[in-house]
Amino acid sequence: MLQIQNTSLKAGDFTVCDINLTVASKEYFVLMGQTGSGKSLLVKAICGIIPIQKGSICIDGKDVTNLEPGKRQVGYVPQSSSLFPHLSVADNILFPLRIRKSNKKEALKKTAPIIDALNISSLLERSTLNLSGGEQQKVALARALSFDPKLLILDEPVSALDEPTRYEICKLLKTIQQDFSITMVHVCHNLEEARIVSDRVAIFSQGRIVQVGTLENLIDDPRLEIVRKILRTKGGQDI
Amino acid sequence: MRSPKPELSTDVVKARRNGLFVVSIGCLVLFVVMICLLILADIFYLLHWGVGVEKFFKILTSPQVLDCLRRSFLTSFIALLLIVVTAVPVGYALSRYRFFGHSIMNTFVDMPIVLPPVVLGISLLAFFGSPMGNWIKVALQHYGISLVSSVGIVMCQYIVSVSYCIRAMKASFDNVDRRLEHAALTLGCSQEQAFMRVTMPLARNGLIAGCVMAWARAIGVFGPLMVFVGTGSRVQVMPTNLWLELNVGNIENALVVALITMGIASIALVVAHCMAPGRKWS
Repeated sequence: MLQIQNTSLKAGDFTVCDINLTVASKEYFVLMGQTGSGKSLLVKAICGIIPIQKGSICIDGKDVTNLEPGKRQVGYVPQSSSLFPHLSVADNILFPLRIRKSNKKEALKKTAPIIDALNISSLLERSTLNLSGGEQQKVALARALSFDPKLLILDEPVSALDEPTRYEICKLLKTIQQDFSITMVHVCHNLEEARIVSDRVAIFSQGRIVQVGTLENLIDDPRLEIVRKILRTKGGQDI
Repeated sequence: MRSPKPELSTDVVKARRNGLFVVSIGCLVLFVVMICLLILADIFYLLHWGVGVEKFFKILTSPQVLDCLRRSFLTSFIALLLIVVTAVPVGYALSRYRFFGHSIMNTFVDMPIVLPPVVLGISLLAFFGSPMGNWIKVALQHYGISLVSSVGIVMCQYIVSVSYCIRAMKASFDNVDRRLEHAALTLGCSQEQAFMRVTMPLARNGLIAGCVMAWARAIGVFGPLMVFVGTGSRVQVMPTNLWLELNVGNIENALVVALITMGIASIALVVAHCMAPGRKWS
């Protein structure tokens, strides 16, 4: 579903180098690493928000390297939900479909399953300004899913939330991913998040991917000190 | 029995004992009193010269003053359209893009604000005396358009006021989180759609405030008009009419026009403050 080949990109003085990554269809893939390791830069490049200097990105067999963000069919939920404050919750969720020329009635019908799955139908007429953190992320998720993206990217979607809400949202994300058969790439630096959602994990450090595998394999066989540090393991046992 | 005085919070009590509070609030009060005195002086002067409500409206509705009012409003609104067409893209470019020469251009945009208005008038005169300006003048004359007309008035109003709107638009666009634009792009918008559907609605209040300030500035332009367009009856607007009335000793007429101008400026100020950038979605 997602193929990144020999990709490098630069933002200011920081470089993300030689990324080779494959994410299978309907897989829940987690990018983990310390703050500032380059995870968010990579996902922004996948979305098309920032350009890459070298390499290629293919989504569902199509080379999207030079394609505009809006044409890549990638849903994106950033850390701060980025809901449009001048639109109601319903208008935010329907925004992608209205851009694609759907009328409001059709758009509401299409998004009804997602709204029900996320349990946010009571929020539809509200302003986004008064939503709690968890509610905002649910609405952002509904908006990103509304246009049937091929790939959904979540950039630290729960890092700003309290622990109980974080747990609830992560469980919900996993359920949504399974129910709607979506390929997801989830950026986080929290081990518990990865435990709940991941099928496979890639560990990022200083702009490079240092190890990829299932979380159990990485915990059992961390190849570098940084992997041990991030997963808090001494190989086979948690610290 | 009188109810007991509510106890003041500790912060207010501390503030009252704070010298900085006294000095800053004192300066504010003095400044506001000064402005009010100027306005009241105009009103009392009119009353002193026997200009009551009836005479006020007689002067206001005289053909000459009405003609000036009409011309002032017409030219300032045309200037405002040109200002908006300039300020929105220029403000967006200065806010969103970093390019070679950005700092210099950012500084140049403020030039019309800091230059004395009469200097702008002289510069317009010099430009249309130059070969390039003369070519434009001749081309306009070919279509029956003279610079000593409402066209010249609009030019003066535009050049004096456009920078105010550009600044307001830049500040408004700066206040719009770029992550919202990025989100719009990932949701299927083109750059232009993201601008129209997300950026502009969120910058709307700033646009209105900028337009109001620019328009209030445009309608009050005086110096460049005196130099570039003159004070003929076909090109008189409120500020030049006021000056002419003063020159011939018609103080009452001048004060009536001054009060109208003050009233328009006050309304513009209130609207601009209500629509300040970032007020609604900060």
